[in-house]
Amino acid sequence: MGIVKRIRSRYHYSLVLLRQMVITDFKLRYQGSVLGYVWSLLRPLFLFIILYFVFVKFMRIGAGMPHFPVYLLLGIVLWNFFAEITSNSIDSIVKQSDIIRKLNFPKYVIILATAVSALINLLLNSVVILIFMLINHVPFTMGILWTPLLVLEIFVFAMSLGFILSALFVRLRDINYIWEVFMQALFYATPIIYPLSMVTEKWPGVAKFLLLNPVAQAIQDIRYLAITPQTQIISQLVHHWYFTAIPFTVVAIMLVVAILLFKKRSPYFAEEV
Amino acid sequence: MKEAMENSTAPEPAIVVRNVSKNFILPHERARSVKQSFTGLLRKHRGNVETQKALQNISFDVKSGEFFGIVGRNGSGKSTLLKLLAEIYQPSKGDVTVRGKLVPFIELGVGFNPELTGRENVYLNCALLGFSAKEVKAMYKDIVDFAELERFMDQKLKNYSSGMQVRLAFSVAIMAEADILLVDEVLAVGDADFQRKCFEYFKSLKKRKKTVVFVTHDMGAVREYCDRAILVDRSKLVAEGSADDIAEQYLQLFMHEEEAGQAKAEPAKEGTRWGDRSIVIDSVKTSKKTLSVNDDHLEVTVTITAHKDMENPIAGFLVKDSADNQLFGTNTRIKKVRLGDMKAGQRLTITWTAPNIMADGRHFIDATIEHDDGISVCDWWTESASFMVHKTERTAYEITPPIDVRIERA
Repeated sequence: MGIVKRIRSRYHYSLVLLRQMVITDFKLRYQGSVLGYVWSLLRPLFLFIILYFVFVKFMRIGAGMPHFPVYLLLGIVLWNFFAEITSNSIDSIVKQSDIIRKLNFPKYVIILATAVSALINLLLNSVVILIFMLINHVPFTMGILWTPLLVLEIFVFAMSLGFILSALFVRLRDINYIWEVFMQALFYATPIIYPLSMVTEKWPGVAKFLLLNPVAQAIQDIRYLAITPQTQIISQLVHHWYFTAIPFTVVAIMLVVAILLFKKRSPYFAEEV
Repeated sequence: MKEAMENSTAPEPAIVVRNVSKNFILPHERARSVKQSFTGLLRKHRGNVETQKALQNISFDVKSGEFFGIVGRNGSGKSTLLKLLAEIYQPSKGDVTVRGKLVPFIELGVGFNPELTGRENVYLNCALLGFSAKEVKAMYKDIVDFAELERFMDQKLKNYSSGMQVRLAFSVAIMAEADILLVDEVLAVGDADFQRKCFEYFKSLKKRKKTVVFVTHDMGAVREYCDRAILVDRSKLVAEGSADDIAEQYLQLFMHEEEAGQAKAEPAKEGTRWGDRSIVIDSVKTSKKTLSVNDDHLEVTVTITAHKDMENPIAGFLVKDSADNQLFGTNTRIKKVRLGDMKAGQRLTITWTAPNIMADGRHFIDATIEHDDGISVCDWWTESASFMVHKTERTAYEITPPIDVRIERA
């Protein structure tokens, strides 16, 4: 009991702050819009309609993949989750400079709040995805229960990058442009709008390499568990367990780097922002 | 006496500052793009970086329950010191130890967002000060009542007047119960009514034996509220002692500076001048650039030169305060003193002696030379000289003559 109480009192301030920052973020997000929170549901809905027409009706990319529209939507939503955390994190410290210069508080809460906001957004989007899964008669399996862990993997990876990028951005304001370009490249290097099998057929080596990216690995695994076992996942393409462990190792290393860098830099944010 | 009393109880210090230095690295051109930082890396000796020593080797204690003042001029480093105490900055050297919950008020309404409603801002501001939503709910009514803003709480902050914003922020601030409060003088800005509220709040803090660190350059406030104080000047701790001592030393610091400055430069402000210049005022000087309480008199020396023959001119002077209130003055005709007939080229020196009844602050002297008729002007020089008056007594009036008070009890 003593330990629990001590931990609670130590992180009490951080939790209070986190809660309030997330609430503020949501209040400001749909500020002045008539439909407000409904947009959180409408956005993925319209995205789905567009994807359906472009990829399924005209380009016919995912012809062999069952439930391809839902498969596509799930990938895009997960990618947006990753992109939202990283890109919103980059300038989040600098945006809060006003408070940082006048009050001492745990700065990691800023990044955590950004990430939690994105997570809530993802949960809202998941509702839409579930509805489409039902409409498309996607068979539900027990495997779907594992997906939260994979979402957590993306969450931790994105947040780690958020810590690193935001700390660097305080001193180096070019980071956001570099990251923007990098994210565009990474989007096409991740099997989101095309089935990975398209790559595997021609260059199996490249397909393996693409799956070393934790985001790609996690998205494919989630699709495998939630939509169709025809999704190609890392453990099918490679035959050594340690190869499968690489994406998780990347996440773990990023997390450690993020914690070390952020701990070292954050005491100086007040004089540098 | 006060010292002895505190020593006998010897409470644990609330804040301990030991050998603290703070340097800021100021790149002349901030290396914020990749290209700049690469060229910066290549250059071994970064010639374009300057280290600013904001604070050097500062040590002091703030006792628990003490109202402690940090005084110093602008740029002396006192605000940096406050931020070090609040742990907003990290010391470059030395240690700052704080015992108890500390709440800094470097600015009111930290984190206020104009796009949020008053209510939402209260919750956000309170969260930053460490209050959970539950705690805020409990004190929400008090905050709103004190701010007298019940009707406006669901309006966006951007629709508030600046006075309303300050009132709301202040209400939140005073509800924040902490062991130690750091208060910057910026708190005490605003209209008279608000200032009165602030000072009432300070009094209540003092009464409740809160530990308060107060940064200011208002010596009146230091004498009134502080038990002890330190004086910071040019990034060093110059003195530590009772509030009265420090306030006095602070004023001395100013006087030395002003006297040193006098040798170098004549009055900074050139006043306007008119007249036919038949007689010209060459110089107007005061005996001292800064008068303290101990100076009984103000001496003004005016030197004039006649450029034409002139029969019995009239010399006069006038003392004004910085708000342009004409305080007092006279001329040779009123005093029934004759300057006599002046020949072209002749010089005269007139010395006025007036009692030091001026209030604290800067004052200006207008010097005049008129024709015999008292209508045509030879030379009229407004703000021909200026001087400072330092007085510890403050009143709401334009002058502060020495006033005695005596009470007899039956």
